[in-house]
This record gives sequence, C-alpha cells and structure tokens, in this order.
Amino acid sequence: MSVHLILFLFFGAIALAGAINLLAQTHPINSALSLIAVMAALAGEFLLLGAEFVAAIQVIVYAGAIMVLFVFVIMLLNAGVEERTKGSRVAIMFGVPGMLLGSLLVAWAVVHSSGGEVVPVGALPGPPSTIGELLFHQFLLPFEVTSILILIAILGAVVLASKPQVVQKRKEH
Amino acid sequence: MVPLSYYLLLSGILFACGVTGFLIKRNIITIFMSIELMLNGVNLSFVAFAAHWHQLAGQVFVFFVMVVAAAESAVGLAIIIAVYRARETLNVDQVNLLKL
Repeated sequence: MSVHLILFLFFGAIALAGAINLLAQTHPINSALSLIAVMAALAGEFLLLGAEFVAAIQVIVYAGAIMVLFVFVIMLLNAGVEERTKGSRVAIMFGVPGMLLGSLLVAWAVVHSSGGEVVPVGALPGPPSTIGELLFHQFLLPFEVTSILILIAILGAVVLASKPQVVQKRKEH
Repeated sequence: MVPLSYYLLLSGILFACGVTGFLIKRNIITIFMSIELMLNGVNLSFVAFAAHWHQLAGQVFVFFVMVVAAAESAVGLAIIIAVYRARETLNVDQVNLLKL
C-alpha cells in the first residue's frame, strides 16, 4: 500500500464522512460546517492529482467565499432545526434504498469498465502559469462570457434581495 | 498509485449524497448546499480525468464550474432571502403557491 493510496483513502474518508454528516444533521449550520470539511478534503485530493491551482481555488473560493455566504444567510434568516414532515419520511423510505441501489450499479459499472488503470502521483502538474496560458488563449471567449455572467449575477442578487418597498417608492415618483 | 476508478467512485458517491440530500431535506438552504455537494463531486471526476488523459483543459473546466457555482449561489441565496421575506418560512413544503 503506497503513501499515495493511504492519503487518498484518508481524504476520501473525510469527504465521505462530511457528506453523510450533511445528510444526518438537522440544523443547517451543522450541514454547512460538514460541507466545508468535504471541500477541504477534496482540495487534498486535487493536490494528490497534481492540480495545485484547482486545490488553491477550491479552498479560497468554495470553502472560503461561497460557504461564508451560506453561513451569512443562515445567520441572517435565523434558520432553526428543520421539522420532519410526512413527505420527507416517504422520501427517506423510498429515496435512500433507491439511491443505494443506483450507486451500487454505477460503482459496479465504473470498476468493471475502467480496468484498474492507475493515475500516478502528480501525473499532470497544473501550475498557475500553465493554467493561465490555457485560460487566456484557448478559453479566452468562455472567460469573457463568464465575466458577463458574474455581472448579471451581481445585479440579479442585488435586485432580488433588495426590500420590495424600495421598488414601490420608485414607481410612485 | 491509485486506480482511476477509485476517484470516479468517490466522485459518484459524493454526487449520490448530494442527490439524496436534495430529495430528503426540507430546509431550502440545506437543499442548496446539496447542490454544491453535487458540483464538488463532478469537479473531482473532472480533475481525475484531466490527470488520466493528460489534458489540462479539464482543470480549466473546474475553474469555470466554480465560477458558475459562485454566481449561482449568489443569486440563489438572494432568492432564498426574498422567499423568506414573503413566507416567513424556509420549509419547502410550506412554499407551495406561486401566489403570495
């Protein structure tokens, strides 16, 4: 058993435990914290695959920015423990066995079709300079389109989250 | 040396956990977090395939997925705030009318 495999299993176990804990917890703040654990563990997996830039971005953008936004909203809305309803019990009864069955099927297919090809340690180093070259040459148009998407998202978030009274006042004038 | 199928399995399990959370959770914020979990699972398979096929474009795609996820979460959380203002609840079972 190589060090690489041990590290993979270590980070994979953390990610898996976090994902299951996200499902088991009833309070959204606990779910958010376990999601942060999943994201940090996945950053470790990315480092194992040699994707340094993606690992850094994963920690900064996902575990940092997006999850802080989530925690802000949970605190802002004072979200409490979710109540179990009849619909959710039916969903657990039929959904969880169904998902397990589907997962087993997919796992069987993946293991049988890929034939145990191995990914060596740091097979494809992804330093920021190489990623940047690719991003600003081959993927320049998607990159620019992304900036417009972000602009629209900012405007949409401000319009949606602003108080409705402000809009009404503007209509009266 | 880790087989490619291990990475794909972990990615598939994370995606399945995300789908399960999306279906069984009743809090709208937790449902949203399950979507993020699904995106993370897909990102892992992107990077694993990038390393396997020696194509750096896979990592650039992860970058784009993250950007879209950031935009999506900003707009989605704004919608959640708007829904909470109108309904005073975060339970999706009680948000069942288009009318206010």
